Amino acid sequence: MTAFFQSLGLPYEWAWTVATLAGILIVSLLVMFSVAMVIYVDRKVLGAIMLRRGPNVVGPFGLLQSFADGLKVFLQETIIPSAANKGIFLIAPIITFTVALAAWAVIPFDAGVVISDINVGLLYILAISSMGVYGVVMSGWASNSKYPFFSAMRASAQMISYEVSIGFVLVCVVLFAGTFNLSGIVNAQQGFGLGLINAYAVHPLLFPMWVVFFISALAETARAPFDLTEAESELVAGYQTEYSSMSFALFWLGEYANILLMCSLNTLLFWGGWLPPLDIPVLYMVPGIIWFLVKTFVFFFMFSWIWATVPRYRYDQLMRLGWKVFLPMSLLFVAATSGYLMAIGHFA
Amino acid sequence: MLIQAIAFYFFATIVVASAVMVVMARNPVHSVLWLILAFFNAAGLMVLLGAEFIAMLLVIVYVGAVAVLFLFVVMMLDIDFAAMRAGFSRNAPLGLLIAAILLAELLLGVGAYNAGGLTLGTPDGTAMQAADTSNIEALGALLYGRYIILFEIAGIILLVAMIGAIVLTFQPPKPGARARQDVGKQIRRRPEEATVMKSPEVGQGIEL
Repeated sequence: MTAFFQSLGLPYEWAWTVATLAGILIVSLLVMFSVAMVIYVDRKVLGAIMLRRGPNVVGPFGLLQSFADGLKVFLQETIIPSAANKGIFLIAPIITFTVALAAWAVIPFDAGVVISDINVGLLYILAISSMGVYGVVMSGWASNSKYPFFSAMRASAQMISYEVSIGFVLVCVVLFAGTFNLSGIVNAQQGFGLGLINAYAVHPLLFPMWVVFFISALAETARAPFDLTEAESELVAGYQTEYSSMSFALFWLGEYANILLMCSLNTLLFWGGWLPPLDIPVLYMVPGIIWFLVKTFVFFFMFSWIWATVPRYRYDQLMRLGWKVFLPMSLLFVAATSGYLMAIGHFA
Repeated sequence: MLIQAIAFYFFATIVVASAVMVVMARNPVHSVLWLILAFFNAAGLMVLLGAEFIAMLLVIVYVGAVAVLFLFVVMMLDIDFAAMRAGFSRNAPLGLLIAAILLAELLLGVGAYNAGGLTLGTPDGTAMQAADTSNIEALGALLYGRYIILFEIAGIILLVAMIGAIVLTFQPPKPGARARQDVGKQIRRRPEEATVMKSPEVGQGIEL
């Protein structure tokens, strides 16, 4: 894109600045639009599984429902509890929202279509997603109310626990790919399975890791069955209890942007990103971004499917799964993967 | 170069300002939040130096894990700041001593920096890595090559500390305490074992 602005007669520095700003704007707008659409999809899938219709009033098939909801919360009054710590109370949703958008800076949508193609892309995503917990903890504390505070404590313990196993899963992928760069990881998957399948998840050492990653992604984004941070039967609405209007909407948008990010990470790390599923020339006729979006959408569908099907975990079960099942298992697989790769001479 | 200079002064100003606020803030939770801001901007400075791996680790480890636990503990504690400030004059000499030591170390650091950089080199001790290898590879080659023994010793010290923390906080189950959870048993349990069907007469109670 820098080249395009340079061709308009701008010097390199200005062309770079304008191109980066335009890229950020385009990606954020597209992510926000997708968030609005997947909220609609989420409600439709949930409705279909529960034999309801889901949203069907606003616009054709209820397609405009999310935009109507957005307009509604925008016009509502922001209520700040008098005992709340005002500054932190207002900063918390902004942090959640900003962090959820910032992680998209390194996601490649197609070959070369990425805002910032940095070497440590995967570590950047880990770093940014570990910042996400602050929005929850700060809102829980600043609300000065016991249910949000319980929720904040649960959230911090839950996110730290599952980040550990996610980290080890990522190590396995990085060992295979030999790079932390997300585009590099996708390119390494071309023809990985028997020279035909463009996916890491078909490998017997990486398939279990993909399952661990998928479940940890559910826990990391606090999605059902791990939505203990906003368990409505115990904690009213968790850390969001005291929030209203736009401050609530920022949490909501940030949460769904995080879910989409996790779905796209599933696609990029294990299922070949923008590459078609099979390494056949005909399939490359379809633009890469279409493959990327289709795969990401399939994972989002699985997220809402699980939400509608699986009952909520108990908190001790959640901790047990994270520390006693996933952590030893992923550690074992890191050792097994590196041993296997040394044995077949992958690093030679 | 202008952008780098602007970015450096931006990050550096925020680091110093938030470090000052860590000390000045009246509310301990605010102090921790300022500390987190300082960490985050220090990571920005690392990126400017070209040490992107260290920057990311700083955010993942310190901001993402250590500071969360720190925040957690500070939120739970009920710290009385008036009582802490009362001991100011008593602790002032110790504080001044620590400040003097830190100042001396800082001066030493500046002196050492002016004397020239440390020669690090590669595992076999030949020359510096070419500048185009990535941070991670350069660090890995040094840590697992030349400094492998120091690295392993650091790892063992951490392991000992971890085991020590577990031993210190472990409490053996008291005799007569409730039995441990057996997850397999919980999952094997069927509705028939846990519930009974009763159809009492109208007006009659049931025995349970």
